[in-house]
Amino acid sequence: MKFLVCISVVPDTTTKISFVDGDTKFNTDKVQWILNPYDEWYALVRAIELKEANGGSVTVINVGGADNEQVIRKALAIGADDAIRVDAEPGDPFYVASQIANAAKSGSYDVVMFGKETISYNGSNVGGMTAELLGLPFVSYASKLEMAASTATIEREIEGGKEIVEVNTPFVCSAAKGMAEARIPNMMGIMNAKKKPLNVVAPVSVSNHTTIVKYELPPAKSACKMINPDNMDELVQLLHNEAKVI
Amino acid sequence: MAVLFYAEASNGKVKKNGLEAATYASKVAASLGTQAIGIAVGDIADSELSALGAYGASKVVKVADAKLENFDSQAYAKVIAEVAKSTGSDVVIISQSLSGKAIAPRLSVKLDAGLVSGAVALPDTSNGFVVKKAAFSGKAFAHVRIDTANKIVAVVPNSTGVEKKEGTAAVETASVALSDADFGVKVKEVKRQSGNVLPLPEAELVVSAGRGMKGPENWGIVEDLANVLGATTACSRPVADIGWRPHHEHVGQTGVAIRPNLYIAIGISGAIQHLAGVNQSKVIVVINKDAEAPFFKAADYGVLGDAFEVIPKLTEAFKKFKASQH
Ligand SMILES: Cc1cc2nc3c(=O)[nH]c(=O)nc-3n(C[C@H](O)[C@H](O)[C@H](O)COP(=O)(O)OP(=O)(O)OC[C@H]3O[C@@H](n4cnc5c(N)ncnc54)[C@H](O)[C@@H]3O)c2cc1C
Ligand SMILES: Nc1ncnc2c1ncn2[C@@H]1O[C@H](COP(=O)(O)O)[C@@H](O)[C@H]1O
Repeated sequence: MKFLVCISVVPDTTTKISFVDGDTKFNTDKVQWILNPYDEWYALVRAIELKEANGGSVTVINVGGADNEQVIRKALAIGADDAIRVDAEPGDPFYVASQIANAAKSGSYDVVMFGKETISYNGSNVGGMTAELLGLPFVSYASKLEMAASTATIEREIEGGKEIVEVNTPFVCSAAKGMAEARIPNMMGIMNAKKKPLNVVAPVSVSNHTTIVKYELPPAKSACKMINPDNMDELVQLLHNEAKVI
Repeated sequence: MAVLFYAEASNGKVKKNGLEAATYASKVAASLGTQAIGIAVGDIADSELSALGAYGASKVVKVADAKLENFDSQAYAKVIAEVAKSTGSDVVIISQSLSGKAIAPRLSVKLDAGLVSGAVALPDTSNGFVVKKAAFSGKAFAHVRIDTANKIVAVVPNSTGVEKKEGTAAVETASVALSDADFGVKVKEVKRQSGNVLPLPEAELVVSAGRGMKGPENWGIVEDLANVLGATTACSRPVADIGWRPHHEHVGQTGVAIRPNLYIAIGISGAIQHLAGVNQSKVIVVINKDAEAPFFKAADYGVLGDAFEVIPKLTEAFKKFKASQH
């Protein structure tokens, strides 16, 4: 079973967000970059577990600049066998999906795995676009993934519940909480990661469909109004008359 | 030229996020000087669909193929793409629901259409077509311009609202040729949560509690409060991880991201990863016994006190209020 796990590199979850150049660019100063949690904790770890159980290989792919290599090595340290870096600034989701689909075509992977979304762009776009570009079934927001030969049984989140579905390889899947438990790379993994192949490939030429023209921070919250704990009627009145939410 | 919206439905009824998509589409259509057309999938009564006229639809196209009973992003995207083409629609509006998140990206490839997901406002069409979307887990917004002729906007549920006026829409039935190859995903079992409150992503009122509740046996007062309000319950991550509450209630960076009108947080400290999933709520009430709890900084209303004393009082106050409304 050959897995391709798509990993993105994002600002750490506690990053204070700010912008530069007239609010047109994300301020990367002092930002610590990490693997996108859904890609790392769920998609990558589950692919490694399934490889350990059934044999096969796990390749990770990232579309990004050379600065990302340190973070890509972490995925190798956790247990991926090799890595591909498409040497390009990640453009919009369509651009990234086109790069991943192009690389996936030559690799004959059984399962292409994504995280449910990046914590930076929050698009939930790249997985579905890649599936369509490859003409493959797509199971999104998967919280469990089991494989028996070439058939996967997947639990996915739906509005107000869960669904159990079956799909045959090859397919595309995006991972949400529940699929696996995060793994911390050990010393041995970190040593081995240095020797594992990290192949840099050139991007294919595609145009972006969208452009970010400006960023904006949410308006500062006005000070919190404190209510006397013995006067909950006042809180209810404020929610009704002032906030108008009940 | 037309604006197509996906009238997401379940059990024969157009869902609230489908009505929201209709409202959004009709406003976009008005600003572009064209009409809003609905696409509905499944066995839905014509009367239910013609009622979409009140939300601004001039026409609704229904595709009711028995094969579409269960959701498959491949087949649904194909159906919506075909209807977009046959109706000459160059803009498609869809809810950023779980199924919308699977359909929209596929549709964008099929229609060569730029996609902005996570939209929280109407597009600015004064200079191109620019959509405001939530980014960085609610810590910022990005304004994204769609540069392609065809455009898709996926709208965050409960963000732009539903507006009902008068009117009825014409209902047309269409069929789309579907083959087995369009159905790669076989649905084996559907497990719905019991209860009649809205699921978290769509909920308008949410009562959420954290480790401050001390143990699962104490959740009764939280549930009483939620019941009086007709609110959906949620929780912080540690509470779901230790099994005090079911996983689907976990909100935050790693759990569900929500945008209710009212979020009541009880005994939750307000860690940045928790806020990431709830900071888009319109109004936040925080009940905590620690004046230093970071959550107060993100709150509109705060109650400094012991949850075990405050919640029953709040429940009583809501009861009194509800009674006075009748
Ligand atoms: C990468 C990452 C992702 C994460 N994702 C999430 C996520 O998605 N969602 C999430 O929630 N967390 C997430 N976390 C965890 C987060 O950092 C916090 O640890 C967590 O939110 C704390 O939960 P809590 O507020 O319930 O508990 P605590 O931090 O223990 O806070 C309990 C609060 O209850 C108050 N309290 C105690 N007793 C009472 C009482 N009797 N009456 C009133 N108040 C009382 C205390 O003053 C305190 O403020 C994540 C962490 C990491 C590192
Ligand atoms: N630059 C990238 N390189 C590789 N994979 C990516 C990249 N950006 C996004 N992805 C994958 O696509 C998923 C969804 O991203 P998004 O559409 O931005 O929410 C992520 O969880 C990753 O698995």
